[in-house]
Amino acid sequence: MPTEQPKKYIEGQPQFLFQHRDVEGYANIDTYMKYGGYDALKKAVTMDQDAIINEVKLSGLRGRGGAGFPTFIKWNGIPKNWDQPHYLVINADEGEPGTAKDRELMNKTPHLLVEGCIITCFAIRAKSCYIYVRGEYMEPAKQTQRAIDQAYAQGFLGKNILGAGFDCDIYVHMGAGSYECGEETALMSSLMGERGMPRHKPPAAPLPVISGVWQSPTVVNNVETIATVVPILNVGGAEYAKYGTGAPDASPFTCSKGTKLVTLSGHVKRPGNYEIVMGTPTRDIIFGLGGGMLRDDKKFKFMIPGGSSVKLLVEEHLDAPYSYEGLTKAGSLLGSGGLMVFDETTSVPALMARLSHFYAHESCGKCTPCREGTNWLVKIHDRLLAGGGRPEDVDILLDICNNIEGRSFCPLGDAAAWPIQGAMKYFRHEYEELARQGMAANRRTFAPLQMAAV
Amino acid sequence: MLTEDAKTKIDALLAKYPTKKAALIPSLWLMQAENDGWLPRQAMKDVAEYLELAPAYVEGVATFYTMFNKAPIGKYHLEVCHNIVCMARGADELIEHIGDKLGIGKGDTTTDRKFTLNGAECLGACANAPCMMVGDVYFEDLTNESVDRIIDELARK
Repeated sequence: MPTEQPKKYIEGQPQFLFQHRDVEGYANIDTYMKYGGYDALKKAVTMDQDAIINEVKLSGLRGRGGAGFPTFIKWNGIPKNWDQPHYLVINADEGEPGTAKDRELMNKTPHLLVEGCIITCFAIRAKSCYIYVRGEYMEPAKQTQRAIDQAYAQGFLGKNILGAGFDCDIYVHMGAGSYECGEETALMSSLMGERGMPRHKPPAAPLPVISGVWQSPTVVNNVETIATVVPILNVGGAEYAKYGTGAPDASPFTCSKGTKLVTLSGHVKRPGNYEIVMGTPTRDIIFGLGGGMLRDDKKFKFMIPGGSSVKLLVEEHLDAPYSYEGLTKAGSLLGSGGLMVFDETTSVPALMARLSHFYAHESCGKCTPCREGTNWLVKIHDRLLAGGGRPEDVDILLDICNNIEGRSFCPLGDAAAWPIQGAMKYFRHEYEELARQGMAANRRTFAPLQMAAV
Repeated sequence: MLTEDAKTKIDALLAKYPTKKAALIPSLWLMQAENDGWLPRQAMKDVAEYLELAPAYVEGVATFYTMFNKAPIGKYHLEVCHNIVCMARGADELIEHIGDKLGIGKGDTTTDRKFTLNGAECLGACANAPCMMVGDVYFEDLTNESVDRIIDELARK
């Protein structure tokens, strides 16, 4: 008897982005158009630019890359009557540990991204769009480039698109291995051919939307955000906003509309990329879609709900709604949608040590709290794990975290500090136990000097 | 000296950007592909000259990015993700297994210069952990057995 394939979505939830992802040849423009592809673009070019932005406003769309900033506000920030070049930049530098959704989107449904880019360029009157893809994503970049070439051939890109008197070009730009370049101002530096270091933020410097790449107004959006613009125009912003949390007229900062791509990974039976309606209980994602814990005899220990940079949550938070405000209330963040699940075999200090190595490796070195702080987090973690821990180490770690948090140039510093602060909140005893063992062994162990490799 | 072919390719890149400097990272990618997977100093100097940048600036950019190799590497660069999700799914054991099989440790190259083994930070294939990147190809859902097969196949090439 054939076994029934487990569902890739929760019954009754719409699949705005992933509906056709498993259709054979969906990455090709012919198949894509057979399923209504580029209808949204055809509709968009008949609309007024402000009307498109208004649809996005009605949809309540917030940035899907991590910060959750309402998309229409960014778009509206482009100075009106600006006749100099300005740019749309797509952040496809998906480096947040635990996140693999954009890769799937670019591999399987690249035309959603390309169509979204063209519509957005039309809405913000930009003529050039750069898709900044992380260096490791050669395959997704190739798929995206293929989709762009096909769109040119169909007349959806280039000069006078669909006779609407609007020109647009999309370029794929490869990064070269830097987590930091996922931060929007560092990404802009990298796109301009510089070291991927972040820029000053307001009030010390203007926002990218005033002065971004090449000192021109720039909108930087995540891949998923831009792909979502397509279904929003197809079904209408108000219809899209019917899904998710919050009252219809709620401020976009307080609610989560529509669907979110989630990368479920770690100790679950069916890890994968799933599209869920915002506000779905986290338990349903892990135990419904994910099929529960990987090994039946091992219990759930904790989860990191939004990529490695957010605080971990424990069993009592399993019923927290998976939404921006739901996870914030639980004490964490939705972040990029990377939901990682760990069972009772996982050592929290060992995991945090690995994360500290990661952040120290990826710290760009521009500001002192992050550059120095992350290296001390590494050294103390390594010392603890090597059996040379001291009782005061636990508080020193916390002290370092508190001194990085909010004091670094960009959010990478916060991202290094938050997971450890979260770990200390629920699993401080594991750290203390390690420190006790270190003292009991009565020896001094120095961590190997593993500084960030050049 | 840049080859004529390289110049043509860089010219094509220059058409994409409003400044010459922006073509730097794509140009370094080109140079790395032409130099057996790493960036000799001379290649960086050539790019600097062609893009009208200071050689020190180009080297500064190249050393910032981990995917630009500053020393020769093996023909197949095995980069096994060792970030937290892959770690939870057995990446550390996998790296050890590969190291034992090839007789090398993390960061080393085999004496026949065929394989270089390295840990990598999150490759973004978390739903299919553990995973490994060889050149620009991903291998996912790895086990000791499947990684043995992949390496044996590459060794025969």
